[in-house]
Amino acid sequence: MAATGVREETMIINMGPQHPSTHGVLRLVLELDGETVVSARPVVGYLHTGIEKNCEWRSWQQGVAFVTRMDYLSPFHNEMAYCLAVERLLGIEVPERARVIRVMLCELNRVASHLVWLATTALELGAISVMLYGFRERELILDIFEMASGLRMNHAYMRVGGLAMDLPDGATDLVRDFLGQMPGRIHEYEDLLSANPIWLERTRGVGYLSPRDAVALGATGPIIRGSGIDYDVRRTTPYGGYEDYEFDVPVLPDGDCYARYVVRMEEMKQSLWIVEQCLERLPDGPVKVDDPKIRFPGDLRVGPDGIGNSEQYVRHIMEESMEALINHFKLVTQGIRVPPGEVYQAVESPRGELGYYVVSDGTPRPYRVHVRDPSFANLQSLPLMVEGGLVADVVACTASVDPVMGGVDR
Amino acid sequence: MNPPELLEGLRRRFPDVQAARGEATVVVERSGLLEALAYLKDERDLSFDLLSDLTASDWPGRFPRYWLAYHLLSLEHRHRVRVKVGLAEDDATAPTVTGAYPTANWFEREVYDFYGVTFQGHPDLRRIIMPDDWEGYPLRKDYALGGVGTQYKGAFIPPVDERNA
Repeated sequence: MAATGVREETMIINMGPQHPSTHGVLRLVLELDGETVVSARPVVGYLHTGIEKNCEWRSWQQGVAFVTRMDYLSPFHNEMAYCLAVERLLGIEVPERARVIRVMLCELNRVASHLVWLATTALELGAISVMLYGFRERELILDIFEMASGLRMNHAYMRVGGLAMDLPDGATDLVRDFLGQMPGRIHEYEDLLSANPIWLERTRGVGYLSPRDAVALGATGPIIRGSGIDYDVRRTTPYGGYEDYEFDVPVLPDGDCYARYVVRMEEMKQSLWIVEQCLERLPDGPVKVDDPKIRFPGDLRVGPDGIGNSEQYVRHIMEESMEALINHFKLVTQGIRVPPGEVYQAVESPRGELGYYVVSDGTPRPYRVHVRDPSFANLQSLPLMVEGGLVADVVACTASVDPVMGGVDR
Repeated sequence: MNPPELLEGLRRRFPDVQAARGEATVVVERSGLLEALAYLKDERDLSFDLLSDLTASDWPGRFPRYWLAYHLLSLEHRHRVRVKVGLAEDDATAPTVTGAYPTANWFEREVYDFYGVTFQGHPDLRRIIMPDDWEGYPLRKDYALGGVGTQYKGAFIPPVDERNA
C-alpha cells in the first residue's frame, strides 16, 4: 500500500471501555485508515462479576437473585430460564397462573428492553426526543414490575417452583392501562423515525450482516431475524407455555441496522399482543407448586418498606406450628435438593437465545451454571458489520447489536 | 422438546445416544469430535447448523476430569443435541471447532480462560473475560471462591466458601 502513497499508515483508536455509546463497558480497538474502519476488535470482560462461580456456592433458590443481575435489562428472562432449567431437573411443572404471569412479565420486559434500546440508539444517532419518550414509557413498565415484585430491576420474583408471591390487587389494571397507551406511543416513535431522512441515512445499508454469517457466528435475536433467518426460540423450541400463544415473528431480509430497528419495533407490538392474551386467560389459583419440599416457604408481600413476610405467616411459624418453623428453617438455610443430571434451557431474551446449562450432582447447590448470553455471541458479528465502513457507523452498528455488558461478562 | 425422529437419526451413527429430560446427548471421543460434528452438521435430516453454546464442567478426582459440552441447534428441523467430550486432567486439550462453527471462537476462549483447557488450532487463544495476566483458572473446582469474613453485631460470619450451607 505504501507504494501508492495513498495509505501509508493506519491509526489505532481505542473506543471505550468508558464511552457513552458503547452501552456499558465495551471496548473496541479500531484500526482506522482515515475515516474508514480497517479492523475492529471487541474487548470484553470489564464487568465480570463471577456469577457463574458464585452460583456454585449458593443454594438453588439463591441462584435466582444472582442470575437476575446478569443481563440487567432483561432480568425476567434470566429468572425464567434459570427457573425452567431447575424445574426440568426437578421434574415439576408450575401452576397455570404462575406460567401465565411469567410469560406476561417476560413480554413486558421485552418491551422495556427494546424501549431502552430505542432510546439509547436514537440518542446516539441524534434523535434526542425519542430518548426522552423511550425512557418515559419504560417507566410505566417498571411501575408494573415494582408493584408486582417491589423492585424496578433485579426482581428475583420468579422462584424455582413458581413465583415469590402473587400479583397484588390492581396490578392487572395497571397492565391494562399500559396496553391502552402503548400502541399509540409506538406509532409515535415510528412517525418520528421510520421515514426520517437522517435516521434512514444513518441506518439503511449500514452494518450489513449476511444470513450465512449470522448463523455461522451464532448471532440470534433481532440480529438474525434482521438478516432474514426465521429463528425465535419461542417458536422454534417453545418453553413455558409459549406454544399456546398467538404471535408473529417479524423477519426482514435486509441485514442492516434499519432492518434490526424494524424487527424490534414489530416485536414490541407482538409482545403487547401476547400480554393481552395473558390477561384474557389469567386464571385464579396458586402461584407456587404444592410440594412443601420444593416450594419456597413464607407468605411474602410488598409493603411500604419493601418485601417481607405477612404478619399472619410470622405468627404461624413463631407461635403456632413448630413443624412449619422447622420446614421454613430447613428450606431457607439448606435449600432444596435437585436430582443429578444436566439440562440446557434456552429462552428468547430481547437480545436472542439465552441458554442456561445447569448441572446438578444431587447436593443442595448447583454443580455448574453456565449462561449462554446472547450479547456475548452477538458481539462476535460486530467486526463484520463495521469493517470497511465509516467510523461514525461504528456507533450505529454497536447500538444495533444492543449488547448488555452485564450479560456478556457475567 | 425434541421430536422422536431425532433419536432415530442420531442412533444410526451414535448407537449409545442418551435421552433424558427431553434432551439428546451424544458422548464422543476427543479424536472423533470433528468428524462427529461434521456428520451432525452435514447429514440432511440432522443439519445442526448453529452452535448455541460451548462450555465445560470440572470434576476433580474423577476420570475424565473435564467435560466439554457443545449445544447444537438445527434451524431447519428445530431440534437440539448436546455433544460431550471428556478430557483427562493431564491432557486437557481439544481440537478447535472454529472451522465448522466460527462462533466457537469466543466460547473456546472462555473455556480456556475459566478452565485452562486449550484448543488446538484456535486462531486467537487468549483469555477473554479475565485480565491477560490473571493467574489460575477461576471456574475450576479447586480454585477458591475467596471472599472475606464479616463482623455483624459481635458475631463473625465466615466467607461463603467456609460456611456449611
